[in-house]
Amino acid sequence: MAYKIIVSQCTACGACEFECPNAAISTKRGNYVINAALCTECEGHFPAAQCAAVCPVPDTCVKV
Amino acid sequence: MAQIITLESLLAPAAPPTSSAASGCTASACGSSQAPSGMDPAVWERVKDHPCYAEEAHHYFARMHVAVAPACNIQCNYCNRKYDCANESRPGVVSEKLTPDQAVRKVVAVANAVPQLSVLGVAGPGDAVYDWRHTRETFERVQAAIPDLRLCLSTNGLALPDHVEAIAAMGVDHVTITINFIDPEIGARIHPWIFFNHQRHTGVEAARILHERQMLGLEMLVARGILAKVNSVMIPGINDEHLAEVNRVVTQKGAFLHNIMPLISDPAHGTAFGLFGQRGPTPAELKALQDRLAGGANLMRHCRQCRADAVGLLGEDRGQEFNLDQLPAEAAYDPAARATYRDLVAETRGEHAAHRDAARDDVAAMDAPAVLVAVATRGGGRINEHFGHAKEFQVYEVSPEGIRFTAHRRVEQYCQGGWGEDATLEGVLATLAGIACVLVAKIGDCPRQSLEDAGIAASQDHAYDWIESGIAAWYAQRYRSTVRLTA
Repeated sequence: MAYKIIVSQCTACGACEFECPNAAISTKRGNYVINAALCTECEGHFPAAQCAAVCPVPDTCVKV
Repeated sequence: MAQIITLESLLAPAAPPTSSAASGCTASACGSSQAPSGMDPAVWERVKDHPCYAEEAHHYFARMHVAVAPACNIQCNYCNRKYDCANESRPGVVSEKLTPDQAVRKVVAVANAVPQLSVLGVAGPGDAVYDWRHTRETFERVQAAIPDLRLCLSTNGLALPDHVEAIAAMGVDHVTITINFIDPEIGARIHPWIFFNHQRHTGVEAARILHERQMLGLEMLVARGILAKVNSVMIPGINDEHLAEVNRVVTQKGAFLHNIMPLISDPAHGTAFGLFGQRGPTPAELKALQDRLAGGANLMRHCRQCRADAVGLLGEDRGQEFNLDQLPAEAAYDPAARATYRDLVAETRGEHAAHRDAARDDVAAMDAPAVLVAVATRGGGRINEHFGHAKEFQVYEVSPEGIRFTAHRRVEQYCQGGWGEDATLEGVLATLAGIACVLVAKIGDCPRQSLEDAGIAASQDHAYDWIESGIAAWYAQRYRSTVRLTA
């Protein structure tokens, strides 16, 4: 029940952090990471996971 | 590294003034505006030191971009967010993303080192308005440090209506919207998706939403008196014909300036268009479209499609000199150099305007064809660069109608310090195709001969003269026999 970010593909634009309704995304040593404990896959907030919907690189914010 | 024009070089001796410029009143002496003909003096006050908004200003003033807003809310087929290369010069490309704190340090360092600096822009990668938190913080802090620096931003327009009030309240006077289409069917071929209202939209529906938001944003800017520039990427076979419609609509909605830029497309860039083999327009195709649209919103023809972290006069990029690791940890802004430079420009500009008017009168008396003249300049509005040192030539069209800047053409620097590379010269010759004459501060015998063999005249007779005066003098000499005999 969570999303993760494939670091090797991430451009570190930060759009996902901006859109996440759970504040589950933050930077660790320059890389964006999703805190699985906080991620709800946006259920109850929005019809689709916001990080995956806004991410400019395909298959970079993916379901664990 | 490109050499920026110094205060001293602006004071370089000018050639003796030509004909009527020597007598009569100058624009500044009469107390009237130095604005180019047809421009409202009040608008001129707002654009005269913005190199992108006023062609005349780009001879004197420099801009810098800071990449503080990397998040974007749309995808464009000419953009690939994964790539970044220090050797590439094109919009959206940047070497290092900055936090607002780092950006302020960089702006202060540049303002202390580059007295020509007049504008700070946030122009990607990403969208300055969607990523508004970062843009706002940067602007607020820069404004506190350097109050007279103009703030400028560019956006795809999707988030613009949400932030126009904040933009206006902050005193941002120049906003650029990239508008590539009016018809959503065409838009869908350029922008595959958008992220809006917490959803990803695709296809024609996405393009329709984007279009509506762009139009609303443009109207809101114009209603608040903010100068709106519209950038359009010209994509042959997709929107090239359609840009006439874009021009018509944005003109009618009150856009101040329309900048049609050629698509930059290469498979190595990894963009959808690049991989698909979509070509960009040729310089001739671009100019033909621009000429066809003359009469609508003012067309910007001096765009260099600079990198999103460019620093310096248009056409040069000193960005690499101001990378983070080269910046002092703490630096105080010293306004002295910029103030001195501004005073100097105010003075020389009146003189330049008078000479420009005189040159216009001189060519108006001719009965000669329209020809293209290439000029080597380091800025300051003068013919003051050596042929071999030029990294670009500014192309002017001269005819009895007047002397008009039409484009710049980039070349590889020919001179390698005492010697020149023949292969490079070949490239320069190809780039100068269609040019009647090249006006330079100095040129060697060998390249001059090669130019002449290619049917291009080269002259250093007008070295250090004002660009327009030099062009008019060369034109009068070249077509001497065709001066109209008027009473």
